[in-house]
Amino acid sequence: MSETAKTTRNPAGEPAESGVPDAAEEFVRQIDGHKTATRPSAAQDVTLPSLGFIGMLRWAWTQLTSMRTALFLLLLLAVAAVPGSLFPQRPANPAVVTQYIQDNPATGPWLDRFQLFDVYSSVWFSAIYLLLFISLIGCVIPRAIQHWKAMRSQPPRTPRRLSRLPEYGALALDTGSPVTAVTAVENAARLLKRRGYRVEVRGTDTSMPSVGAERGFLKELGNLVFHVSLIGVLVSVAVGGLFGYRGQKVIVEGDSFVNTLVGYDNFSPGTNFSETQLAPFSLQLDKFQVQFDRESKTHYGQPLDFTATMTTKDGPDAAPRPQTLKVNEPLEIGGTQVYLVGNGYAPVITVRDGDGNIAHQGPVVSVPSDGAYTSTMVLKVPDAKPEQLGFVGLFLPTALENEKGVAFGSDPDPFNPRLYLNSYAGNLGLDKGDPKNVYVLDTTKLKVLNDRTQKSGGIVLGPKETFTLPDGLGTITFDGLKRYVALDITSDPGQGGALLFSTLALAGLCASLFIGRRRVWVRAGTHPDGRTMVEWALLARGEDHRLAAEATAIRKLLEKEWLARPDRPADNSKKAGAASSGTKNS
Amino acid sequence: MPSIDETLGQYSELFILLAAMTFTVALISFCWDLATASKTLQAVEDRLARQQAPAEAALVGAGARNGAAAGAGSTASAETGLETAGDSLDYGGRRRPAARIGVALAALGTLILAAGVISRGIAAHRVPWGNMYEFCTTGALVVSVVFLLALTRKDLRFLGSFVIGLVVIMLCAAAIGFPTPVAHLVPALQSYWLIIHVSVAVISSSLFTLTFAMSVLQLLQSHREARSRAGQPDRLGFMRLVPTALTLENVAYRINAVSFVLWTFTLMAGAIWAEKAWGRYWGWDTKEVWTFVIWVVYAGYLHARATRGWTGTRAAWLSIVGYLCVVFNFTVVNVFFSGLHSYSGLN
Ligand code: HEM
Repeated sequence: MSETAKTTRNPAGEPAESGVPDAAEEFVRQIDGHKTATRPSAAQDVTLPSLGFIGMLRWAWTQLTSMRTALFLLLLLAVAAVPGSLFPQRPANPAVVTQYIQDNPATGPWLDRFQLFDVYSSVWFSAIYLLLFISLIGCVIPRAIQHWKAMRSQPPRTPRRLSRLPEYGALALDTGSPVTAVTAVENAARLLKRRGYRVEVRGTDTSMPSVGAERGFLKELGNLVFHVSLIGVLVSVAVGGLFGYRGQKVIVEGDSFVNTLVGYDNFSPGTNFSETQLAPFSLQLDKFQVQFDRESKTHYGQPLDFTATMTTKDGPDAAPRPQTLKVNEPLEIGGTQVYLVGNGYAPVITVRDGDGNIAHQGPVVSVPSDGAYTSTMVLKVPDAKPEQLGFVGLFLPTALENEKGVAFGSDPDPFNPRLYLNSYAGNLGLDKGDPKNVYVLDTTKLKVLNDRTQKSGGIVLGPKETFTLPDGLGTITFDGLKRYVALDITSDPGQGGALLFSTLALAGLCASLFIGRRRVWVRAGTHPDGRTMVEWALLARGEDHRLAAEATAIRKLLEKEWLARPDRPADNSKKAGAASSGTKNS
Repeated sequence: MPSIDETLGQYSELFILLAAMTFTVALISFCWDLATASKTLQAVEDRLARQQAPAEAALVGAGARNGAAAGAGSTASAETGLETAGDSLDYGGRRRPAARIGVALAALGTLILAAGVISRGIAAHRVPWGNMYEFCTTGALVVSVVFLLALTRKDLRFLGSFVIGLVVIMLCAAAIGFPTPVAHLVPALQSYWLIIHVSVAVISSSLFTLTFAMSVLQLLQSHREARSRAGQPDRLGFMRLVPTALTLENVAYRINAVSFVLWTFTLMAGAIWAEKAWGRYWGWDTKEVWTFVIWVVYAGYLHARATRGWTGTRAAWLSIVGYLCVVFNFTVVNVFFSGLHSYSGLN
């Protein structure tokens, strides 16, 4: 890495001087442990065979922890993340993936083979980020040791030729001034200390005493905290993946839910999840209120508010508590969060079978597919005799018919609720025991009773209406309407850690990017004509565009301290330093 | 919920169209400034050269040229004789009437745009960043305000045609591509995290816009510098108004550093909001993927700046790629990719 590159590409953009200042070079070496470590590796390349096994390992480690590898892995990570946004992903949407593979029989299986539908848990993606984090650890540890040492050591010795450093200044005190070289240096040390520098006065017994000062250790510390916190974030994510869980539950108004495995419609446990982790709470949906925009001409019917009124209990014997749940305002119950992620209508339906018995009674959840809550609905009635019955169709809260007589949904509120159903009879295939999606009915092997192509026509039902199925197989009645909410219930024990570490990372990042790490040296001497001469120079570690401003500030401080007439006013740049070199002790 | 003020909303749209027109004229001025730069400067130099005593001119040769140029607030490299704007980015003495008009019009356009954006916010009783139209208009406002603020401290007028060009593009995209009448927010967006998350994202994107322009200019300038070192004639005369590649790189780095912190915050705030709204702080939703990609690319950029052999041109390319990802995330991802973040307002 290019501390050297940076120093030589100094702020003035001047070409590098032939000899980098010795102290600067030492500075660079000191702060630059792992990066300098990569330098000899080029030479080792050539002599590879003689390295032996340990040598090879060391070589590989040096390569892996080099800045260049880190950069390469970072860019690779960025590229590798992209396919996850181009192809449907299993964790988010398994059904879409299945559909995609069916629709693309040629490419689909190949994409699947390369885990392009599971990008973020794929072997290659994991390999990249694991390598990156190993590189990170290998990079941080030596740097932390370096920094620990640097923080405890004294500022480095004063370079012989200060005028070669990027920022340089000098001034001469008036002949009558009582300030000797030693006092000048002591004064400077006091001023620098007050400015947050760590200082060391040296050479007070020589003719040219000096002070070395350094500040900005927080910069490197911030950098280390930032990188370590990234590891912390990764670990927290892993903890969430191991011990967390996430489940879905649909609750119709009036129904309740108890937090047990069987209570869920859908449940994805973390790898190390155990059922004992489920907090024993329960909740009941008392009422679900929706509000749609009735004023706007352009956004008429757009949702404005969803509010679920619930009664929750922390445990079987706990007192019930009324609570409201809204989008963006989850409920927190016993370390578990409950989110409102969806809602819709559940028409209440009664089906009587051919024998006249009630085979189904109750709300049927329909799945909205657009802003007008045009909802698809599937009802399976396995208890119907003599034949099992199935219904598939639409629920429209406000049904209108177009000129061709085709019904469409025109509003999300139930102003004219209608059910449009097809009916089927036959074996629904539910008794095989394998779980079936309740929202899908495979009708290919069933006998069609009603649909638009049949003589019997499709079923159309308004509230309180009953339709009689053909062949005396039964009746279906649309009794009423309820609303339901779809809840996500999650527990992620890694969440707090992720927040903590990312906040730390942010703080560390700010410290690392915005704190300047610099060194200042001040040296004083006595001119043959009796004047006390002072010179100083500044050197930054890495990017520091405020170094010049700091140099100005220090010049002002020194001038104010001694009320000296500056030798060359406001001229403390490097070039000026060279120009005023006549004032130097020589 | 208080009702939408539709009349005010229409005035807002009118303001925004007006602002777009003003910015277009500003853009033309800035382009004019660049286009004439090579010509006027050449003329000034010729005149100065003629004023110099022939003997002196013979004596110092290129030095006189440099002196004249430096007097006009720019510098010429001693090595190549190539003229660029001064490294300090301070305002120089050279008169650039077209650029002045550009700045004045940009300021006027910003005022009108501010009126448009604020009146939309008032009309809707909420922050005006809830759909693509509003992201674009608010984003354009932030870009121009940031640019004008930067102009008060440094002479960045050389960026004018790029930055104002992008502002015009954003406003046109809003007015033509994503026209959306004022409306209430859907429940998913009703959260104070909208204010925090999106505002910081917009500010950060605006800063990335500035550095993108700088990185492009940096590449052009270093190309020009390389040609000059090789003794080839200068084909990019307008680049005299632009500082050296190294200065551009350093300034872009400083701004990118700030913007990276803001983007990091955007990402974190987005994760916190996602946790509140969807019950998980990270789920690799398309929008999240691209926010992450952008973050990693700019982290790569910061690393590149500290990696031997990767400073300069390569780092500039990374900054450009990062910005292209920002644009992609904002346009293609919002409009064409489905995901939880489907609030572009387009259906
Ligand atoms: C998880 C992957 C990583 C990310 C996201 C990342 C991100 C960053 C960022 C944003 C910076 C600039 C801010 C700062 O100076 O603190 C930075 C600096 C730095 N990173 Fe990383 N880093 C990663 C991995 C690594 C690795 C593996 C190494 C070692 C090989 C490394 C070494 C450094 C060094 C030395 C700096 C300081 C650069 C300077 O002095 O300007 N980083 N990193």
